[in-house]
Amino acid sequence: MVTVVHPNLEQNDAKMSAKDVSVFYGDKMAIDRVSIDIPTKYVTAFIGPSGCGKSTFLRALNRMNDTIPSARVEGEITLDGEDIYRSDMDVVQLRARVGMVFQKPNPFPKSIYDNVAYGPKIHGLASARADLDEVVEKSLRRAGLWTEVKDRLEDSGTALSGGQQQRLCIARAIAVDPEVILMDEPCSALDPIATAKIEELINELNGSYAIVIVTHSMQQAARVSQRTAFFHLGNMVEYGRTSDIFTKPLEKRTQDYITGRYG
Amino acid sequence: MTEQAAPTRTDKFEARLKRRYAAERRFKMAGLGAVLFSVGVLLFLLVTMSINGIGGFQRAELSVPIDFTQAGLSAAPAGLSQPSAVQSLQAQGLPQVVEYFAEESLGKAGADQLSDNAWRTVADQIITNPAILRGTEEFSLAASPKLAGGLGGEGSAEMQSLAADLAAQGKLENRLDLGFLTRSDATNSQMVGIWGALKGSILTMLVTLLLAFPIGVMAALYLEEYAPKNRWTDVIEVSINNLAAVPSIIFGLLGLAVFLALFPNMRSAPLIGGMTLALMTMPVIVISGRNAIKAVPQSIRDGALAIGASQVQVVFHHVLPLALPGILTGTIIGMARALGETAPLLMIGMRAFVATPPAGFTSPATVLPVQIFLWSDEIDRGFVERTSAAIIVLLVFLLLMNGIAIYLRNRFEKKW
Repeated sequence: MVTVVHPNLEQNDAKMSAKDVSVFYGDKMAIDRVSIDIPTKYVTAFIGPSGCGKSTFLRALNRMNDTIPSARVEGEITLDGEDIYRSDMDVVQLRARVGMVFQKPNPFPKSIYDNVAYGPKIHGLASARADLDEVVEKSLRRAGLWTEVKDRLEDSGTALSGGQQQRLCIARAIAVDPEVILMDEPCSALDPIATAKIEELINELNGSYAIVIVTHSMQQAARVSQRTAFFHLGNMVEYGRTSDIFTKPLEKRTQDYITGRYG
Repeated sequence: MTEQAAPTRTDKFEARLKRRYAAERRFKMAGLGAVLFSVGVLLFLLVTMSINGIGGFQRAELSVPIDFTQAGLSAAPAGLSQPSAVQSLQAQGLPQVVEYFAEESLGKAGADQLSDNAWRTVADQIITNPAILRGTEEFSLAASPKLAGGLGGEGSAEMQSLAADLAAQGKLENRLDLGFLTRSDATNSQMVGIWGALKGSILTMLVTLLLAFPIGVMAALYLEEYAPKNRWTDVIEVSINNLAAVPSIIFGLLGLAVFLALFPNMRSAPLIGGMTLALMTMPVIVISGRNAIKAVPQSIRDGALAIGASQVQVVFHHVLPLALPGILTGTIIGMARALGETAPLLMIGMRAFVATPPAGFTSPATVLPVQIFLWSDEIDRGFVERTSAAIIVLLVFLLLMNGIAIYLRNRFEKKW
């Protein structure tokens, strides 16, 4: 499928890139030959109506689709030039490099401390208690949660409010120091204030990690991202700078979607 | 606006509303009735068992004072270790001494109704406290089943009058018999105990738990977390469900045919019994385990996978701890069923008369339900109360086992 790529989009520092990627669930094609370069230093937003395949494509980027038995991926996705679907690719290592935050906050039913320390522990990034303490504090600070939870690190992560849980999940993801963070509608279960905090956090993390965010909210895409891709019915219709997509879309379908004609 | 009332304000609507509330009340009453019925049945069981069983923890005992200064028994400290000390006392004529003093105190007819092995009780007390050999000591010795029956108003008129005489003199009464909890099976209802069967049950349950729990949990984890969903796993699932429904006697035949063929010298051993019951318990644990594992939200697995946990780490760090309370519930049900199981154990020879508690996993043993079955078949009336007492012991053991499991389950239970 042909994607309209805005001509003024410079594409020279791709962290991840997809070439003709199709994703199938059984016989059903959910993503149809999508090609995209995900830049290192920017936030990339995937927008589009429900069921357009943007989450499916996001999950293909760290092979979370592997957990769905009927899912099958064709084409090539590379991370720093390495094909992540090649047979000798270590999925565990891939997911340590490409972290993910989910739609519904899913902290482990463990303490706040253990939630953040879990990743570094299993990867052996920090083993001494002092090192772990440092990683936990650093990650929680980066996620903007430290001041709220520093006195109750032993409380269960599930006792936090929804917005705090989601920031805890972000802290958990950045504790293993990934290169890319995928966010699958991270604010859809949150109230506007919690959403504003997460968006602020995304802006702060921008530059340190390549961030890809799937969102239903066009305002959110406009606020947090520098690159936007519009998905529709399994196709990537248009890809460009966020400002260009929202002010001068080249495709009629994009225009219709961002003006609220459907979706 | 029209005059017409809104559809929710009509009489028809209100009549319907009343019917809906009436239906709700009926449903609540039915539910409450069902709960009360089951509580009532349980209470009835416990109350009748307690009333019948209290007598089982007592036995008729005769008081016999023995003046050891006349008996001339010696118990050198060196000889005071079982069983040689008992043999030494027997050789020195302790049985005759006991008989002599019994006749002195109870008369010929009364002494005849002393239990055959009454002198052993005396011997045990001498061994634990040799100092009593220097004076006169009053012993409470088991009466014969006939005399015990007489005291209970049963048996021949002769026995009843003898019992009444002795009881009037204060020489015969029903006393608390804690020895019931430490002795083993006997042919004499006055001398039986439950410890042999209880120990047999404990050993058998241990074998069952150690085999069925790990195998069941591993099978459940593999089927839920690793196995691809295809025709073969469907076949396995159906087979496991069928296995859980197989009548227990068939497992007994399997144990007889397979385990006893492999270990022919271990007839009636707790090891074989436990292996047989493990076959029966395992499918229950697999089924409840799979349901508990299924109930762990996929989002927890995703969360762990997304930060690079391997499949094994996801299973052992997240899925298993969250599923454990559910798995334990299934294990309680399976183990409770195994504890009460009689039929398969009859098939592998655990119905033998075993007069000593089992020394280990491979020595002959019986278990509580089989012991209850055997005693309920005895002709001697004294066994009726003993049977009830054994049932109480079984129920207490069951409650204890369930209590531990519920405690463990609540400890592992996590909220999210």
